[in-house]
Amino acid sequence: MQKTPITVNDRQYQVTAPPEEPLLWVLRESLQLTGTRYGCGEGQCGACTVLLEEKAVRSCLTPLSSAAGKKITTIEGLEQNGALHPVQQAFLAEGAFQCGYCTSGMILSAVALLNGNRNPSDAEIVHAMNGNICRCGTYPRIVAAIHRAAQGAQKA
Amino acid sequence: MDPDPDRELALELEQHEAGSILRCFEMERRDFLKLLGGGILVCMSASSGAAQESGRMPGSHELPKDIAAWLHIAGDGHVTVFTGKVEMGQNIRTSLAQQVAEELRVPLESISMVMGDTQTVPWDMGTFGSRTTPTMGPQLRTMAAAARETLLNQAAEQWKVDPSGLTASDGRITNPRTNQSLSYGELTHGQKLVKVVESAPGLTPAAQWKTAGQPLPKVDGRAFVTGQHHYPSDIDPPGMVSGKVLRPAAFRATLVSLDDNAARHQPGVAVVRDGDFVGVTASDMWSAEQALAALKAQWKAPPQISDRELFGYLKANTDKGESEPPKVTGSVEKALAAADVRLSQSYTVAYIQHAPLEPRAAVAEWDGDRLTVWTGTQRPFAVRDELAAAFHIPSQNVRVLVPDTGSAYGGKHTGDAAVEAARLARAAGKPVRLVWTREEEFTWAYFRPAGVIEIRSGAQRDGTITAWECHNFNSGPSAIDTPYNVANRHIQFHPVDAPLRQGSYRALAATANHFARESHMDELSHATAKDPLEFRLKNTRNDRLRAVLEAAAEKAAWSRHKSTPERAFGIAGGIEKGGHIAAVAEVEIGPQKSVRVVRVVEAFDCGAVVNPNGLRNQIAGAIMMGMGGALFEAIRFDNGRILNPRFSQYRVPRFSDMPQIEVVLVDRKDLPSAGAGETPIVGIAPAIANAIFAATGERLRSLPLRTA
Repeated sequence: MQKTPITVNDRQYQVTAPPEEPLLWVLRESLQLTGTRYGCGEGQCGACTVLLEEKAVRSCLTPLSSAAGKKITTIEGLEQNGALHPVQQAFLAEGAFQCGYCTSGMILSAVALLNGNRNPSDAEIVHAMNGNICRCGTYPRIVAAIHRAAQGAQKA
Repeated sequence: MDPDPDRELALELEQHEAGSILRCFEMERRDFLKLLGGGILVCMSASSGAAQESGRMPGSHELPKDIAAWLHIAGDGHVTVFTGKVEMGQNIRTSLAQQVAEELRVPLESISMVMGDTQTVPWDMGTFGSRTTPTMGPQLRTMAAAARETLLNQAAEQWKVDPSGLTASDGRITNPRTNQSLSYGELTHGQKLVKVVESAPGLTPAAQWKTAGQPLPKVDGRAFVTGQHHYPSDIDPPGMVSGKVLRPAAFRATLVSLDDNAARHQPGVAVVRDGDFVGVTASDMWSAEQALAALKAQWKAPPQISDRELFGYLKANTDKGESEPPKVTGSVEKALAAADVRLSQSYTVAYIQHAPLEPRAAVAEWDGDRLTVWTGTQRPFAVRDELAAAFHIPSQNVRVLVPDTGSAYGGKHTGDAAVEAARLARAAGKPVRLVWTREEEFTWAYFRPAGVIEIRSGAQRDGTITAWECHNFNSGPSAIDTPYNVANRHIQFHPVDAPLRQGSYRALAATANHFARESHMDELSHATAKDPLEFRLKNTRNDRLRAVLEAAAEKAAWSRHKSTPERAFGIAGGIEKGGHIAAVAEVEIGPQKSVRVVRVVEAFDCGAVVNPNGLRNQIAGAIMMGMGGALFEAIRFDNGRILNPRFSQYRVPRFSDMPQIEVVLVDRKDLPSAGAGETPIVGIAPAIANAIFAATGERLRSLPLRTA
């Protein structure tokens, strides 16, 4: 089987897997990066969200071939030298999760949002995050966490 | 007024997937003590004052006679608590640890909670019914207090002083007179002391709590924001392969033929057939999916009803043999005859699905005839017994571990995925991981029961309710009775031979029964020309219910609000599982009568609050989840098939549905703590329905609510 080069969290890998295999399974099984979660397999819940070249994508619908040679960031790659990403810190500070199963996808979607919009309004957050489901219903705290992360980034 | 919790629990067990598999066996303690080594082990005797959730269960169940929980203090001072309760987002890993820290007088960081591992924790019925806080909380507090007393006595013996002069704080025993001080680790080092607590020592009153009662963050929050937490679907023993199960084409289908030739020839694939059970294993998930897709099966299924015929079916298929006897007080007929105002209405609720974001998942590993399964379940011991029965092995040969799970909401009482994974693993001769797809989760997991609820009522012109008759078909008996003072009542639950597999849900039937009752209360208030809040207050003398109704109304500015066709308020209240709840919903009616909930105020009293941070999170979450059942969620089905088994077809609440949420906590430090994961969901649907009526004059009596 052919090998596909991918870069995940600044590390390069040669993955032996069919090109049509969803990135989700490659991350979870070949690379043991299980922080990326399966939720629906149809891009409707956002639990499997990762960054592909800084853009939030659903890894359950992203074939390995379309990630070839590209830079992928998963939840495991946000922490730098033991310091949490500001969005991770903000989720902790706001207690913005219950069971936490949606949290990886929420955080990565929020990181992508803040990369493109340093100070989003409530409406912009709702619009950007609406493809992510938190079945525990922690939405108000997630919105608060995104505002908190935005404010922290502006002060810095 | 509060219902008998044992009776409620019994009803839940009977009704909801649990009754027939409830068994327990005594713990094998010797191995466990060996494992722990030195230190002090404190055990809670189930027969003690702070009793286990057992007692007067009906039927032939064998209940725990031995030990309900353990607490161990190691030679380094580290405290480990062992409980059969499981964490699935309701925050008990933190709230239970807070209570132990409180009574033991140790920092929260020195406590580890071992939860839901059948090999190391004492038997437990399960995590449901909002039982953790009112039962496990006091048990752990009692053990911790007993451990503290033991340590005080140890120090007193060493120092040859009276223990009453010593103090315990911050993990140390101190003699204030001599300034002598020993850490718990120093006191327990080299000990092998087992203490069985038979009676409850004095517990610290909530008004004096320092660690309990505080809005502390989740103890392991960092693992969730970094992706490091391992859910059941992340467990990865060496040599593991992936499994898939071939689902029948319809419910109640039998397998006619199977052609597995193509699948069998894919590399690394094994096909398992055992009666109508067909599954595959492969080296990874993607290969397993391909193998499954290559199976050609023919199924034969009997004709089955569709959701369009559902409510008529439920009324027509009452299983009279199992009907609960009615609860009757006075004479409804006489009271109705004398009433100034009479109402008779019927309400319905749809089948809905829990849709936990982590689908059912299990990893199974055999070692000879010993089986280990990691799975997400609310009832690890019941699943252990389910596995033992399925494979004809003793329960002692089965170990079930429940890693903190990606939520459940009452939907994970059973061991479906565990049994399937174990069957595949036995065939593969390797550990197998099985993760249900979303479509499987929507189709093959049990549903929240649909139901029909009929209410007849009568009232005097002054707004006094005089008659209340309520019949619930299929949805369940939880909260079926009214908390209002009505002299003449007839209340009855009618079980039905249900068309779909059904089971527990967050707050069980209390959502349905509250929807019907609080909608009907609203109708009756309008029929007697009373304000809906005043009408409720007039008809209840329950101080706690009155307090939450008044608190929610005040926060929402109920009395100053004027309803318009575009914007209006609705109110609902209730009592369930020891919690007292009131909700005010404010809705906006848009073009084509679209409904948007713009604001929800909930006041909640669950006794002494253990962790207001976690509690607020649960309440806001219950409001959001309740909005799903209120406004959009309904399972559609036809002829044994689910027609909307995807998130693209089954709408759940999203960010764009989020109202402004305001929570008023009524912290009753003078009262025992009640569970809080469920009750906050029960008021939301009727509050929204009542608000829609206030705006539009249209009375909606079916969940989900749909304007004409």
